[in-house]
Amino acid sequence: MLYNIFIDPFVQMAQMPDLLVQTLWEGLVSGVLYALIALGFVLIFKASGVFNFAQGIMVVFSALTLVGFYEKFSAYGFSGHTAAFVALILTAGVMFVLAMLIERVVLRPLVNQPDIILFMATFGITYMLIGFGEMVFGGDPKQMIASELFLPSGSVDVEMLGGMVSFQKIDIAAAVIASVMIAGLALFFQKTRIGRALRAVADSHKAALSVGISLNQIWVIVWFAAGLVALVTGIMWGARSDVSFALEIVALKALPVLVLGGLTSVPGAIVGGLIIGIGEKLGEFYWGPLLGGGIESWFAYAIALLFLLYRPQGLFGDKIIERI
Amino acid sequence: MFYRETGQFKQSYAADQAVFPILQDRIGLAIILLVAFVVVPLFGNEFLLASVMVPFLILSLGAIGINILVGYTGLLSLGSAAFMGVGAYSAYKLSTIFPGVNILVWILCSGFFAAGVGVLFGLPSLRIKGFYLAVATLAAQFFLQWCFVRISWLYNDNPSGAIEVPARTLFGIAITGPSATPVTRYLVVLAIVVVMTLLASNIVHGRIGRTWMAVRDMDIAAQLMGIRLLPAKLLAFAVSSFYCGVSGALMVFLWLGAAEPSAFDIKLSFLLLFMVIIGGLGSMIGSFFGAALIHILPIVIRMLPEALGLPIAAATVEHLTYLIVGGLIIFFLIVEPHGLARLWQIAKQKLRVWPFPY
Repeated sequence: MLYNIFIDPFVQMAQMPDLLVQTLWEGLVSGVLYALIALGFVLIFKASGVFNFAQGIMVVFSALTLVGFYEKFSAYGFSGHTAAFVALILTAGVMFVLAMLIERVVLRPLVNQPDIILFMATFGITYMLIGFGEMVFGGDPKQMIASELFLPSGSVDVEMLGGMVSFQKIDIAAAVIASVMIAGLALFFQKTRIGRALRAVADSHKAALSVGISLNQIWVIVWFAAGLVALVTGIMWGARSDVSFALEIVALKALPVLVLGGLTSVPGAIVGGLIIGIGEKLGEFYWGPLLGGGIESWFAYAIALLFLLYRPQGLFGDKIIERI
Repeated sequence: MFYRETGQFKQSYAADQAVFPILQDRIGLAIILLVAFVVVPLFGNEFLLASVMVPFLILSLGAIGINILVGYTGLLSLGSAAFMGVGAYSAYKLSTIFPGVNILVWILCSGFFAAGVGVLFGLPSLRIKGFYLAVATLAAQFFLQWCFVRISWLYNDNPSGAIEVPARTLFGIAITGPSATPVTRYLVVLAIVVVMTLLASNIVHGRIGRTWMAVRDMDIAAQLMGIRLLPAKLLAFAVSSFYCGVSGALMVFLWLGAAEPSAFDIKLSFLLLFMVIIGGLGSMIGSFFGAALIHILPIVIRMLPEALGLPIAAATVEHLTYLIVGGLIIFFLIVEPHGLARLWQIAKQKLRVWPFPY
């Protein structure tokens, strides 16, 4: 038994390095996508202290909106790359309107309420988005317009370590786009005026207000940024599978990523995503059969729990200092 | 005019510490119990009893359990549906292994199993706090749900993977299984819920409850005052899981009749948390208000178009329900972040000074 747990998986890894590389790669890709969702959470949590449960549904909603716009266009004979990009811009517009609405209707009246109340309010947003989305777009899974957005398909097979390892092109694209977006966000945070304001708000709401930063404006910007991240995530997930409300479950996968990295840390979201993604795939592939399979559903949480017991604020989170 | 405590003097400590110190409250409670035990079973139709009242009471019991943990002790937990599942599965196992023993004994016993599992998953709460703890409790939710699917011993190797409730009787009257009438099921659930609510109310008003509230308000300060955090937090997890477990067992045995693992998925956890927050954190009556709102509202919304004769497709109604429930959650949070229980208090205060509002 102990041999099966502690030795056999590593022997398997050493014997078939190509399978190990394949598993690692799959873990890496899903880790990047988890990191993208977690990034949306972190952006909002840093700027407004709201634990935004609706991020997952925002991913689905933005992807559905994009496909919905494109379908409307093609119904009028306007299709191809141009239509896809017009739909993309329109969807970004929808996410902006959504951010404004959320700020105006939900966040502004609830300012200064306890965290858990705001958390619950994002549940309300989730429900409304599910209801609205299903009413407008229907509940059927849709095909993401991947090729119209110049996203590649198919796979690259590389011969290495005595075996074939296949990389899906869309996965490579996802990893590249995610890295570009994270770099862009980092630049935006460090180098622009608005980015500085965002960091100021994250540090202290009161101090930011006192130097003349408008909190309301910042919140709209942050929710819009989270909406854009959701849109990109939605395109990537949608291109890998279908666009449907089942994607919502992916948001739950982002939660362990989030606490593992720390709720307030952008690098934490990325590192956490990679740890969870890779850990989950390795666990499922090498240890899963021992337990009867399907452990992917809770393994990520177990990893996060172990890390949290060691560091209760996550790997990169701000140290929690409590005073009486 | 009707609701005023003038002239009701308390002449002993026992009277001063009573849970319901005001005469009118006691009368009101008696009327409510009378209505619940006599009027509803006599005049309620099958739909009202089986689809509205029984689920409402069972969900209220679960909400009380979560209120003890989240509202009174301040530990945010998202794994409550899994603890309900533990209760349901252990009640099922016990009653199929020992069919001779009274089913009510097993339903209450299943609470202890849930409590044990709850304590186990409550251990991290000593180090982890707030949203981090909430996500950590999700580990319990997903792990236990996985167990319900994978460990076939739990559902007696039933090929469908579901647990089906065996028919059991109490004093010769069928209370579970297909032959049990809604009225008997309703009365059994009501009796259990009333007793357990009284119990919970006594716990939270006593020393243990004050300990929990001290931990909620600031655990470090509570520790400095001599409260030992480990027993206090674990006891909160145990009691809360006990209530969830009993409510889960009731849910399967007296409401659904059969259950698959997906009955205890994360949506139920969230739904129960909604009830507690909309109803009012740290309030017994709030748990009932919340359960009523969250459970009965969608039923009403679904029935409305039919009652008004509006031709709306069933799917659209379903989506509208989501939309309206979401909107109402936000609306209630904005109107009264402290929940319906607070509105109830305000109403009582208004009534006390009525008709001279000063």
